[in-house]
Amino acid sequence: MTSTTPTTPTTAERAEPAAATRAAARVPAAALPVSVARGCRFELVKLVSQWRIRLLVLVCWVAPGLFVAAVAEQSTLPSDTLFGRWMHATGWAGPLVILAFAGTWALPLLTSLVAGDVFAAEDRLGTWRHLLVAVRSPRRIFVAKALASLTVIVLLTAGLALSGVVGGLLTVGHRPLVGLDGHVLSASDAAGKVLLAWACALAPTLALAAIGLLGSVTLGRSPMGLLLPALVALAMQLAQLLPLPVGVRVALPGYAFVSWNGLFTDPVQSGPLLIGVGVALVWAVTATALAYLLFVRRDFTNPAAAGAGRRALAVGVLPLAALLAVSVAAVGAAAPATGSGITRAKVQRSLATAFAHLYRVQTADLHRPAVTEAQLRASAACTKSGVGDGAQGAGNDWRCVVSWHLPDVAATGQAIYQLDITADGRFVADGDGPKDVNGYFLVRTATGDAPNPLWQFDGNVELLAAAH
Amino acid sequence: MGGSDGRQDDGPLAIRARGITKCFGDVVALDGIDLDVTRGQIHGLAGPNGAGKTTLLGLLLGLSVADGGSLEILGAPVGRALAAPDGVAGFVDGPGLYPSLTARRNLGALAGLRGRGRSAAAGADIDDALDQVGLTEVADDKVRGFSLGMRQRLGLAAALLTRPRLLVLDEPSNGLDPAGTRHVRGVLERLAASGTAVVLSSHRMDDLEALCEEVTIVATGRVVFSGPLAKLAAENRELDYRLLTSDACAARELAGGTDGISVVSSGATRYGADSLVVRAPVAALDSLVSRLVGAGVALRELAPVVSPLEAAFLALTEHKEDAR
Repeated sequence: MTSTTPTTPTTAERAEPAAATRAAARVPAAALPVSVARGCRFELVKLVSQWRIRLLVLVCWVAPGLFVAAVAEQSTLPSDTLFGRWMHATGWAGPLVILAFAGTWALPLLTSLVAGDVFAAEDRLGTWRHLLVAVRSPRRIFVAKALASLTVIVLLTAGLALSGVVGGLLTVGHRPLVGLDGHVLSASDAAGKVLLAWACALAPTLALAAIGLLGSVTLGRSPMGLLLPALVALAMQLAQLLPLPVGVRVALPGYAFVSWNGLFTDPVQSGPLLIGVGVALVWAVTATALAYLLFVRRDFTNPAAAGAGRRALAVGVLPLAALLAVSVAAVGAAAPATGSGITRAKVQRSLATAFAHLYRVQTADLHRPAVTEAQLRASAACTKSGVGDGAQGAGNDWRCVVSWHLPDVAATGQAIYQLDITADGRFVADGDGPKDVNGYFLVRTATGDAPNPLWQFDGNVELLAAAH
Repeated sequence: MGGSDGRQDDGPLAIRARGITKCFGDVVALDGIDLDVTRGQIHGLAGPNGAGKTTLLGLLLGLSVADGGSLEILGAPVGRALAAPDGVAGFVDGPGLYPSLTARRNLGALAGLRGRGRSAAAGADIDDALDQVGLTEVADDKVRGFSLGMRQRLGLAAALLTRPRLLVLDEPSNGLDPAGTRHVRGVLERLAASGTAVVLSSHRMDDLEALCEEVTIVATGRVVFSGPLAKLAAENRELDYRLLTSDACAARELAGGTDGISVVSSGATRYGADSLVVRAPVAALDSLVSRLVGAGVALRELAPVVSPLEAAFLALTEHKEDAR
């Protein structure tokens, strides 16, 4: 005796039992876990459905090209950025300027927004249980999410690179590029090295992405999880500004964002590049493995357990701290350089080499008789704050006198440069006379008027090279 | 459950749980739970907040593993692996849906997980599932704008899409309007009729009474009742009933003079001036009805103030809570 009234099916409902019975009576699908490929596609569908990701893809594939094209139309150049002063000379300088900017800001932020959110989004939406029931394997969920976020990050990175390349080639052209030591790379060499530089930058991007995965797994819906890659990248940039020992600097997972510079010297500075890429990849693998271990141990029946908790934070952070210590020790033991890695001998060598290469460029621009680097026999004598022997370290107080010889000329030419050397080994040489050698004047080049190449130029000191 | 319908012939029980225990640290969430659910049956699961229902549903869905006891689902023992058993679908704590996708795309993505995302058959199944839960008209709207009831229905559609042999649902009627409730009930009844076992956890006793043949009540991690609803009603003999008659004064006098009946309230109650609330076992109530008819008093309405299930639920769980 209850007051419950039986429900009376409507006409439509009376017509439905056949459909319901048909759907339910089919042979059940196999109980095997969903394949990683299908899981990855599922994750990609979710990622791409977010307006934020769509906007990022659009911006990454359009904005660099527009920027490079816009700079090509401007009279001033972003000469404070590496290769910025060559953006009117070749289309291959544009993607390198984009790469320098991306390594500082864009790639860390992209990894934050993609990898840093890929697990946290499920916490936010409360969909973990649904996903686990659907996929039937936490391991495969992890792999699918990691691969999907990797796919999107590679897509965004490729967009940044190719958009810059297309913008540069369309507006400036496929022309030779002046390298960081002043030597001229042919257009095809420049193309290969630009693409290789972007490929090298993928390694620290993957390291940041893995840190993003770890933060997303560990911190759940907390905003800190989302921000972790950006914060780590910021910390690494700050570290690069500090006068750290070269062993520590090179062992940081973000060093490959700097060490690609070595591709544009002759010979290529492969040591820092390979170490930087290797360290970054080890970080990527380690952080991903830690995220995986924390994820598969998570208890999905506890709704309060959004993220793996504080203990997991310690489990995630301590191994990475240990990895950093091991990297620093290994690089420190293997590297021939000590201290800051910036010594007087290396600065003099780098400056003289760049000067000799650029002297040839200037000679060609001014239609003077060609000379070779061997004929020039350029050398430099540098002091830092008036100190000669023993001068070392970063600073804007380096002053160098470059000497060179010309064939059939008895006198030795001399020019003065002020050098601003940053802690990562990059320097800007600013000509300080004589004016007809390294002062500001325009020269006529194949692409139009350009500043005297010996007036101001970029260079770098290979930190890991032996002092002598 | 023969093989004629293409199903595995793996016994009549969809769920057989014996002595299931589950702890979270020092908290004992499940303490020796036994549960039998027959195929083709809608089995209700009720209990106060924190009783362990969600933990139990999580075990059935493969979201966690029991610390002790044995669990067989659809004839297969559940191991220690964290994975949903074969043929099981459903949701706990609300359905998992992605707000940036449309209803159809949510289901399509799920179908894609099983390798059927773009086939014509999958499309037909998605349309069929949406139709069953009454969401055809909003199939191409983003879930972001869905009400709670629509999300519940879409969650049910997602479960239907996997063609479950055991469907585990946690509060599927949350947020549903009367039409939505009728849709959902219709779907569950048809699923059960086709042989699917349904475990339905709900705080809504009207849902359980309307749909379930059997019900299990848990409190503080233990089963305090499991069996047919009729048995539950019989075990709780005294209930409060509301009477509406043609002569309230006569009815009150007759009720007061009937053995086993006590008048709880009469006159100006929230049920109206002509109503009467009495507390009585069923047999005494039958006697009162006979006397009213014999005295020429028309009986216009007779209904329990709270449903037998709700009364039993309160009696069983309050006793358990008090004991704790």
